[in-house]
Amino acid sequence: MLETLMLSRIQFAANISFHILFPAINIAMCWFLLYFKVRYDASGNPLWMRAYRFWVKVFALTFALGVVTGITMSFQFGTNWPGYMETVGNIAGPLLGYEVLTAFFLEATFLGVMLFGINRVPPKVHTFATLLVAIGTTLSAFWILALDSWMHTPAGYELRDGVAFATDWWAIIFNPSFPYRLVHMLVASGLTSAFFIAGISAYRIRKGDTKKAPYKTLKIGLIVAALLAPLQAFVGDLHGLNTLEHQPQKIAAMEGVWHTEEGAPLLLFAIPDETEQRNHWELGIPKLASLILTHKLNGEIQGITDFGEDHPPVGPVFWSFRLMVAVGILMMAASWFGLYCLHRKNSLPFWMLKALEIMTFSGWVATLAGWYVTEVGRQPWLVTGILRTADAVTPVAAGSVGLSLSLYLLLYAFLLSAYIHTLRVIARKAVQIEEFETSEPTATGSLMNVGIDGTTNHSVKGASSC
Amino acid sequence: MLDEQWLPVIFVGLMGFSVLVYAILDGYDLGVGVLLPMRPDDEADRDTMIASIGPFWDANETWLVLAVGLMLIAFPAAYNLVFMHLYIPAALMLIGLILRGVSFDFRAKAAVDHKLAWDRCFKAGSLMTTLAQGYMLGQYVMGFEQSLPALLFCLLSALCVTAAYSYIGAAWLIMKTEAGLQRRSVTWASRCGRISFIGVVAVCLVNPLVNPDVFNRWFSFPLVMFALLIPVLCTLAFIVNDMLLKRLPKANDRHCWVPFVLVTTIFVLCFSALAFSFFPEIIPGQLDIWESASAPESLRFILIGAIIVVPVILIYTVFAYRVFHGKATELHYH
Ligand code: HDD
Ligand code: HEM
Ligand code: HEM
Repeated sequence: MLETLMLSRIQFAANISFHILFPAINIAMCWFLLYFKVRYDASGNPLWMRAYRFWVKVFALTFALGVVTGITMSFQFGTNWPGYMETVGNIAGPLLGYEVLTAFFLEATFLGVMLFGINRVPPKVHTFATLLVAIGTTLSAFWILALDSWMHTPAGYELRDGVAFATDWWAIIFNPSFPYRLVHMLVASGLTSAFFIAGISAYRIRKGDTKKAPYKTLKIGLIVAALLAPLQAFVGDLHGLNTLEHQPQKIAAMEGVWHTEEGAPLLLFAIPDETEQRNHWELGIPKLASLILTHKLNGEIQGITDFGEDHPPVGPVFWSFRLMVAVGILMMAASWFGLYCLHRKNSLPFWMLKALEIMTFSGWVATLAGWYVTEVGRQPWLVTGILRTADAVTPVAAGSVGLSLSLYLLLYAFLLSAYIHTLRVIARKAVQIEEFETSEPTATGSLMNVGIDGTTNHSVKGASSC
Repeated sequence: MLDEQWLPVIFVGLMGFSVLVYAILDGYDLGVGVLLPMRPDDEADRDTMIASIGPFWDANETWLVLAVGLMLIAFPAAYNLVFMHLYIPAALMLIGLILRGVSFDFRAKAAVDHKLAWDRCFKAGSLMTTLAQGYMLGQYVMGFEQSLPALLFCLLSALCVTAAYSYIGAAWLIMKTEAGLQRRSVTWASRCGRISFIGVVAVCLVNPLVNPDVFNRWFSFPLVMFALLIPVLCTLAFIVNDMLLKRLPKANDRHCWVPFVLVTTIFVLCFSALAFSFFPEIIPGQLDIWESASAPESLRFILIGAIIVVPVILIYTVFAYRVFHGKATELHYH
């Protein structure tokens, strides 16, 4: 059973980690697309149509990956965590149900119109379809995060014979950590998309793309990132204060505080040691953690040892937290410096383009790190105070779980490399061919191949220079 | 408590509805995937076939998510039991769905030399999905028995479901394509139709023989008069379609949509027969819908949403199909 538990945990973590990569880009990307489309509708400037057409291809690809990995997620609860549905199914079920009903159908249906319908419906209807897809992805984040937050800070329920029953749906949805988690995740998606867009645009420019569209999208990406990065730090801080109130053991692990102390330092580096219950190689700023968390220099922070056995593994939480914050700071620096260069010289130095390119997927790193802080920090509970992870696991044989896990991991490694390779191909093609495409809006569908030399099965109507 | 009596019935109805819609809608696009011809000179046909399902496949798959979601919401005990027993086939089905879903987009964007490889993935993924679904259906009907005869029945069911999906896929193509590909689709449809018919007959014979409850239900007087209407109508639809296919395509493309309607009717009838065999049991021979239902307060909460949202979903689904009506080749892709 222990093996099944470990394998199921690894499999769940692998599946959700792979899934979240694509929503993290798409939730916000769709709003970027809507912006391009609205600008095009308002101005008729083909530049915006170019930007839309290029990014909608990337979006379609990312969306497909998000959808298929998401379908896997909805089977996971039954295949690997039967105890989960038995205990909290009365709460989890309806929230997942509302996600399917209000979000998934909306986004999936209008995605077809958005991708392939541009010549079949009036421009306004097409823009409206794009809006509906954007609303759909955001709603889907709303519902799933309501459920996830409820698992961290349950509210609005009562236990009868160990099974949770709903008493107040409003309290369940708007549970204490939900508003913070929702905003933090939406902003995380904004940052992930912004760097993704800036990075790929930088790649195109470095490959010799002289059209206006990639410059424009690079700048938009940087502006959005520069605004969101400080906002994210602020929201993250509020989120942390909320966690201190409801899950103090998680904060203790994040800060690496083993024994309750007053005036705790903010640790920049340390090697937490689970057996000796202390840190090695500590390097910290005195009293700062207390100041941040309690707004008092000598404020008290509860230590991990106060919680007995009920505390999460310290190392992963401690380090994931630092990784997330480090990437956040890097994002702030990169976006501000980039905008400064653009403002002063109207161009970016070569090394800055290269740096943005390297940061294309920085949002993924921070988002995954953030989720690891949150989810590992909840252990050993699956639902805080109600259900332990170990009690929810499936009785399926370890061999079966091992088999399915290996298949998934192989598939994911393959898909991830194909995804990144294909992004490169799309970007390189765009450098060469968009020049020849017609300037009026044509279908942005993505079903036919476009040769590298720009020979497509549609007629070439002269070059324009956007 | 009226609620406790009726809520599970309403939910099993909703779930059945989404399973049926799923089987029809994703059925045709899975079928198109299974039928994909792989010879080098078939590339244009492959492009058209995939274009014909392009705008729809994502929404179609969402019906599966809804069906599974409803089961998880309303019958968590059954959901746990089903996916515990079907662990490996469910994983294989998911991997198939992942493969085909991504190939679909990758093929369009990949460098020209990889396109064929993605088409292969698309076909393989579709086939994996249909076989796994058929196998799971067989296991379900057999009450998750692991004996050799049960295994054989599951294999039969896997083949049947694949044939049936190909049948509806071919009928879809007859409606959505023209000229050479349409003629090919007619041939596919008539072959798959015959195989499906044999399959359906086999399942109908085996099922009551192995499940005494099912036997009693079908052959108890006076219900038998009504019940037998289902197989009679079903056989009729198969025969009419077979005869029609011999005459297709007609001048001006008349009746090109009829096979799709007939196959859809067959799906509805087969589904009704299954439902009739097992209702109100949700796991044949093990659990009924009342034993496995979740708390009424949860069901009521989601029911309100469903009553408001499901009609809206149906309306915009119809809208999307209207936007893309007509032959697939008219779609302008880049
Ligand atoms: C914060 C965002 C977020 C998180 C935490 C999750 N998802 Fe997700 N999911 C989305 C955001 C999202 C999305 C933005 O709505 C997707 C991603 C791909 C896409 O573009 O739509 C999506 C797609 C998606 C789909 C396919 C929908 C369709 O057919 O269109 C399913 C079934 C799920 N998800 C299920 C889950 C489950 C069961 C999760 C948790 C255990 C989960 N997702 C976590
Ligand atoms: C989307 C980003 C998410 C990521 C990256 C993520 C990551 C993780 C990780 C790494 C674990 C394993 C913790 C451990 O075992 O030490 C875990 C556990 C879990 N999470 Fe999440 N999670 C995410 C969202 C969600 C959501 C939205 C839900 C539910 C609605 C959820 C439900 C669970 C469950 C049921 C477990 C228990 C299984 C386990 O311990 O492995 N997670 N998650
Ligand atoms: C720079 C300062 C940041 C701070 C102070 C901060 C703070 C936090 C805290 C305290 C949590 C844990 C919440 C819990 O108790 O569960 C968290 C989670 C998370 N963080 Fe951050 N964060 C920062 C930057 C970022 C960045 C840049 C990203 C991504 C682009 C990000 C993405 C996430 C995600 C996805 C989660 C998990 C979901 C959640 O619980 O909200 N964070 N963050």
